[in-house]
Amino acid sequence: MDRILETESVTKTYRLGKIDVPVLHGIDLSVKQGEFAAIMGPSGSGKSTLLNIIGCLDRPTSGRVLIDCIDTSTLSDNELAVIRGRKIGFVFQTFNLVARLSAQRNVEMPMIYQDVPRNARVKRARELLTLFGLSDRMDHKPPEMSGGQRQRVALARALANDPALILADEPTGNLDSKTGKEILRILEDLNERGRTILIVTHDHEIAGKCDRIIRLKDGVIET
Amino acid sequence: MAKIIDQLKTLPQRLLTIMIFLLVWEIAVKAGLLYPSPVPPASSVLGALKDLAFESIFWEHTFVSMQRILSGYALAIIIAVPLGFAVGWSTTLERYLDPLLQTFRQIPLMALFPVFILFFGTGELPCILIIMLAAMWCILLSTISSVQNIDPFLVKTARSVGTSQWDMLRKVVLPSAVPSIFTGMRYAYTDILLVLIAVEMLGVNGGWGIIVSSHEHHGQSHTVMYAILISMAIVGVIVNYIFVALERRLCRWKETIEIT
Amino acid sequence: MVVYTRIIAVALTVLLLIPIAQGHGAITESSPGESSPAGIIALLIIIAGIFLLSYKIKQLNTLPQRSLAVVIFLLAWELAVRAGLTYPAAIPVPSRVFQGVMDIVLLEKFWEHTMISLERVFLGYALAMIIAIPLGFAVGWFNTVERYLDPFLQTMRQIPQLALFPAFILFFGIGELPKILLIMLAAVWWILLSTISAVQSVDPFLVKTARSVGASQWDLLRKVVLPSAAPTIITGMRYASTEVILVLVAVELLGASKGLGILLNTPRYWEVLVFMTILGVTANYMLVLLERRLCRWKEEIEIG
Repeated sequence: MDRILETESVTKTYRLGKIDVPVLHGIDLSVKQGEFAAIMGPSGSGKSTLLNIIGCLDRPTSGRVLIDCIDTSTLSDNELAVIRGRKIGFVFQTFNLVARLSAQRNVEMPMIYQDVPRNARVKRARELLTLFGLSDRMDHKPPEMSGGQRQRVALARALANDPALILADEPTGNLDSKTGKEILRILEDLNERGRTILIVTHDHEIAGKCDRIIRLKDGVIET
Repeated sequence: MAKIIDQLKTLPQRLLTIMIFLLVWEIAVKAGLLYPSPVPPASSVLGALKDLAFESIFWEHTFVSMQRILSGYALAIIIAVPLGFAVGWSTTLERYLDPLLQTFRQIPLMALFPVFILFFGTGELPCILIIMLAAMWCILLSTISSVQNIDPFLVKTARSVGTSQWDMLRKVVLPSAVPSIFTGMRYAYTDILLVLIAVEMLGVNGGWGIIVSSHEHHGQSHTVMYAILISMAIVGVIVNYIFVALERRLCRWKETIEIT
Repeated sequence: MVVYTRIIAVALTVLLLIPIAQGHGAITESSPGESSPAGIIALLIIIAGIFLLSYKIKQLNTLPQRSLAVVIFLLAWELAVRAGLTYPAAIPVPSRVFQGVMDIVLLEKFWEHTMISLERVFLGYALAMIIAIPLGFAVGWFNTVERYLDPFLQTMRQIPQLALFPAFILFFGIGELPKILLIMLAAVWWILLSTISAVQSVDPFLVKTARSVGASQWDLLRKVVLPSAAPTIITGMRYASTEVILVLVAVELLGASKGLGILLNTPRYWEVLVFMTILGVTANYMLVLLERRLCRWKEEIEIG
């Protein structure tokens, strides 16, 4: 089986003023193509830091991250931006949509950065939004939408460039349980169609639906 | 104590660019790169700076300038801080007074100097008043904006526990506004020095501006002039540092009333 | 309430402008005190026009309210001088001064001086922006650059620009160059410091989102950092302009053959002072408008 993601003894240390704060101590992790894995752990265990490093938003202090067998530690910031744009889709707890842009424009955004031609871009955005049941909300702006609708727009945005890996940081954390289940169902559906999903969550019910649970505590993986 | 040692540890790093600057200056002059411009090498300027420190004339002028700065500063604070509180706290007052203040701020300060002399004679008074005006705008504007930017949640909470207007001003508004008022004061120092040098160069008796612009002792004077420039920068850095330290201290005071 | 304020403001303005109209008669006929009916009528029409328009144009709606304090100040000045309170200092009444401003702006010589001053300001300002904005982005964006450069910049900032004037003259001669460079230095610190803090305070959330959708460094700088930082940079420019005018006047008083500062040493002192203030208010207002415009640009990329 292809390994879509591999980390080799990844550590991360933050500098707060004069003090070094170690957050991750040597994380070895590998995720296979098509897996649906959950990262769980108490607050401050380094979950989000790990997700940021896996998503190439942050560089590890030491160790390597391989995405699709590409060693990201050797890449420049701009090459990392391309990896983020093409291979990874992000979903955040707080949706992170641009407030003044319509749903459709928000979904187009990753494609704009990858220079997808306008017509193809619009077509893809509308397809994705229709797929997530938002065909009548294409021109609405995020503040005019409910939380569940916003998260579906964010999911559509994450899928825009057809990434192999989806990273979700507590995607249901800001939603009520019914809407949360809806989003989870979409994620499961995406996984069934072959998409690899890595989800940070506090919710045992969500974690229960995953193929694997990775438990993180004090910056190390518990086995 | 540990904090001071910590700060001293980063000192070499922080001084690096300044050292490089002095070194480049020295080498450029010695190598004749600045020829024929009359710039003395950094080493002789620093030497002159050392000599200056033992000259009573230099300290007399410094004393004169300092006196002007302190009087102007004090007057500016006495006027600007209460006025700033009033304008920042009352929206009505702000609506009516703000345009006037904004217009006054645009009056070119240096151009007022002749009128001030006309009005207040040629003594220290016009000089101090113009320094006061220079300092005032920065302090006033930062006081207004800091009073206006107080966390409304904090005010609401204080109200909900029955705080009186006076207590509100003293125990809520003052502590949270004070750090940024100090930032305003810190920036005001730059303006003050600018105006101070200008009026002193334009012919008020004594002060740094006079020694910078006088060319009495030729040959020597360039070196002395650069030495004085450096001494002003050093004083400025010290003043700035004092204000930053005070700001930090007062920020802690502010944090004691923050709501989480 | 608003209506009353408006009426009072109109009344005060009319009261204030009548002497101006009288002044107008005095200039043309050189017989002081006599009013010219044509002048008064013209002014009344202008005022009425402004106040009628203020009902129509939203932005002018608060104009009477906003100008009230200024009008009262001018009126108090006028009355104080007329009542002899400022005797023996030779202070003219504002109505005379405003009339004088209208006179001098018609003089070709006046514009020669003004253009020279404006040229110095624009060149100095432009140079300051060319240096300070890119440098500010670099210092604000890269922590390493900041750590090494900040102490140096903070020290250089403490040297009063005018104290450098003699050194600049030694270095660059007595032409325009030292003056322009000094004005540049006066503007550079505010623009630089505000650019640094603007870049540093860009919403990290926004940066994270843009990076997560694959924005490159260049995209980030152009589409995220620039719009977010622009309003604060303009605020810095606004503060810089006060400093620039200060240094301009000082430099011109200290040693120039032309410029508005030179005109301050003439009997037209008050007119020039008022003219420069009007210029300052206008420049400030334009920058405020630009700031608002750029704030909208900033809002367009906000995360919701």
